Amino acid sequence: MNSILKIVAQRLALGIFTLFVISLVIFLGVEALPGDLAEAVLGRSALPETVAAFRRELRLDLPMHIRYIEWLTAFVQGDLGNSLANGREISELIGVRLANTLFLALFAASIAVPVAVGLGILAALYRETWFDKSISMVTLSTISVPEFFIGYIMIAFLAVQTNIFPSISNITWEMPFFDRLYASALPAITLTFVVMAHMMRMTRAAIVNLLMSPYIEMATLKGLPRWRVILMHAFPNALSPIINVIIINLAFLVVGVVVVEVVFVYPGLGQLLVDSVSSRDLPVVQASCLIFAATYVLLNLTADILSIVTNPRMLHPK
Amino acid sequence: MSTKNELEYLLKSGKVSRRDFIGRAAALGVSATMASTLFAGSASAAPKKGGRLRLGIAGGSTTESIDTATLPGFMAQQLSFGQLRNCLVEIDANGKPVPELAESWSSSADAKSWTFKLRKGVEFHNGKTMTAEDVIHSINHHRGKDSKSAAKSLVAAIDELKADDKYTVTFNLKEGSADFPFVASDYHLGIVPVGTTGKDMEKGMGTGGYILESHEPGVRAFTKRNPNYWKEGRAHFDEIETIGIEDSTARTNALKTGQIDFMNRAESKTFHLLGRLAGIEAIKTTGTKHYTIPMHSDQAPYNNVDARLALKYAIDREAVVKTILRGHGLVGNDHPIAPSNQYFNTDLPVREYDPEKAKFHMKKAGLSDHKFRLHTSDAAFGGAVDTAVLYKEHAAKAGINIEVVQEPKDGYWDNVWMKKEWTFSFWSGRPTEDWMFTIGYAEGGAWNESFFSHERFNMLMKAGRAELDDTKRRAIYYEMQEICSNEGGSVIPMYASDLAGASSKLGHDKIAANWEGDGMKIAERWWFK
Repeated sequence: MNSILKIVAQRLALGIFTLFVISLVIFLGVEALPGDLAEAVLGRSALPETVAAFRRELRLDLPMHIRYIEWLTAFVQGDLGNSLANGREISELIGVRLANTLFLALFAASIAVPVAVGLGILAALYRETWFDKSISMVTLSTISVPEFFIGYIMIAFLAVQTNIFPSISNITWEMPFFDRLYASALPAITLTFVVMAHMMRMTRAAIVNLLMSPYIEMATLKGLPRWRVILMHAFPNALSPIINVIIINLAFLVVGVVVVEVVFVYPGLGQLLVDSVSSRDLPVVQASCLIFAATYVLLNLTADILSIVTNPRMLHPK
Repeated sequence: MSTKNELEYLLKSGKVSRRDFIGRAAALGVSATMASTLFAGSASAAPKKGGRLRLGIAGGSTTESIDTATLPGFMAQQLSFGQLRNCLVEIDANGKPVPELAESWSSSADAKSWTFKLRKGVEFHNGKTMTAEDVIHSINHHRGKDSKSAAKSLVAAIDELKADDKYTVTFNLKEGSADFPFVASDYHLGIVPVGTTGKDMEKGMGTGGYILESHEPGVRAFTKRNPNYWKEGRAHFDEIETIGIEDSTARTNALKTGQIDFMNRAESKTFHLLGRLAGIEAIKTTGTKHYTIPMHSDQAPYNNVDARLALKYAIDREAVVKTILRGHGLVGNDHPIAPSNQYFNTDLPVREYDPEKAKFHMKKAGLSDHKFRLHTSDAAFGGAVDTAVLYKEHAAKAGINIEVVQEPKDGYWDNVWMKKEWTFSFWSGRPTEDWMFTIGYAEGGAWNESFFSHERFNMLMKAGRAELDDTKRRAIYYEMQEICSNEGGSVIPMYASDLAGASSKLGHDKIAANWEGDGMKIAERWWFK
């Protein structure tokens, strides 16, 4: 167990370094974009003197490295700062949206993961049959079309034609839990279609791969039923690659859903990031990007730990 | 002109009656409902109180602010100006200034000094009584050296601002301005309690018909009816939910499925279908919004009036309105004054597409072989790139060579507009001739995008500004439009309509065209039937 703790500590330290590098890259990236916040907010009504006043007030007239160091010092002390565009506290601005994003990601994952893994196992069990082929075809088709298209199809059939679900996810945290689930059903279903194929194919491939192994042959020769061979003997050993794929898809559900957010008007973090980039609101861009980066770092760490824990050979290295 | 456009044009300029209009529209196959929405102002029952209005609005952003100095997009503007705050003056549905927080106003004979009598007994949402000090604070919020207000240029004309007594405010202007009451109606100039700045602005305190409950920038805002509202017969809803929906398909679907009661910026491609849906009213208003193609008229080759004229003759406006706007607009006449403006020049014939004349003037300018580089981007307005390509085709028939240069959307207003020699631009327009000309065409103006400098034009502008006599002003503005159209540095091919959709459960009177969304006053003027 000690070795795991050591790995975790090592990886976390590396993660923090990664975040630092990312913050620097983001800062330079936003600086490299044409225009700054003053020009973006005032738009065409900008006059040279109002732009200058804006910059003075927000300290945008200071040299770049001083602004970065100021931001970093505050950030290290746990102060995310205020949005430059409307002066609101970033923690307050991001808090609700992060919760919304995580809510949608968990909702989608709780449908997608069991269904994908289940279908993957079934596909391995009945491989090369019409069942296997049709499942592959359907999931691969849904991953091949852009997600907004799936979203629009969902809206056309489930909202406009039949009025089963609302077409926009107008959710608040004051709503009861089930109302919130109902309101975000369509984006969750859409995301399920988007991420399912990857997980399902990996589950199938990992299991099929193991079916060639001698110990599976042994189990079959013992006369065990097929489902038992797959579920009890092959599946536990196939877990490591499956977990990795699931985790990558979870990360996608947190950071990559801005298109779905736009289609369903879901108030998540993605839209905030896009808006902040276009108005050059650097502290908000930094905060959202670091949250996204941290999500990746932490989820990857989780994937590695889970792979080690589920694999005795890695748990007790010689 | 032989299409619906012509009809609309005639209607707007008052050349056909309503009966005539409906009849001729029917002959063109325009449905009666459409025709009557074009002819805004159908009969309506007495407003009823109550209900929860849900507005699905494009033009919000998660970085928006409701500081009156900022108000970057329609969602913030509509919230601050349409729900929470009032101005001294309001523009009514006919485009006329009417008293709002000011009970009455008067000016000196030279229109240089304006005195506003404030309404007594008006309370802010926090119970404070509105007086002159609040008005002075609210206007000064945009003035001064450290102002970062988008309205700074608007209040630059004010030399001095003082309270004569608790309910009288006098504005002394640097020069006469007969239209000053219009300026006082601008959405930036909402009245807030004295001392409100910075973060306090986001609390949305004002004297308006609704009180802010919560505002999540770009996502949604909740407001509740102000039980203490001073205005009679206004603000009928119990509560209002403003939802930011940027995607036009999402907005349309939300309206169709009854999740919202009103949407702005309907898609022009599907607007005719929207009107056919049961329970939905398709609303079209044509105000002062227009698209321009300004050139650096102080530089060769654009400093040649014949070259400019040739370029104006070389665009088929009819075709552009039909393809780019899908007919939801009017042809422009190379000046920025719209048919809905007070002194719109009805005597000036619309410039027709005429390759022969274009060729003639280009030859006269000696520029027949010149290659004109036209810089475009959809950042200027949706369809600007397509317009440029169409224009190139039209001009080619006159032997004029236009090269279309597509520019990136990002940073278009900073790096391309007014920097490159010939670009695209859009204007939401202004309620008065003087305001529009001063802001966009006066020599040395910050947004004189065509670098126009015309001695007589500038002289007339000054004269018109301080002129209080209606007939004389009309003559002045007619001439200015003519100068602008024939000698100006902008090709102005079209006025674009505002398209919107509303649940037919909503009732309204004649819809104002000064801003989209019934002059941004839906929350105050509309009701549930």
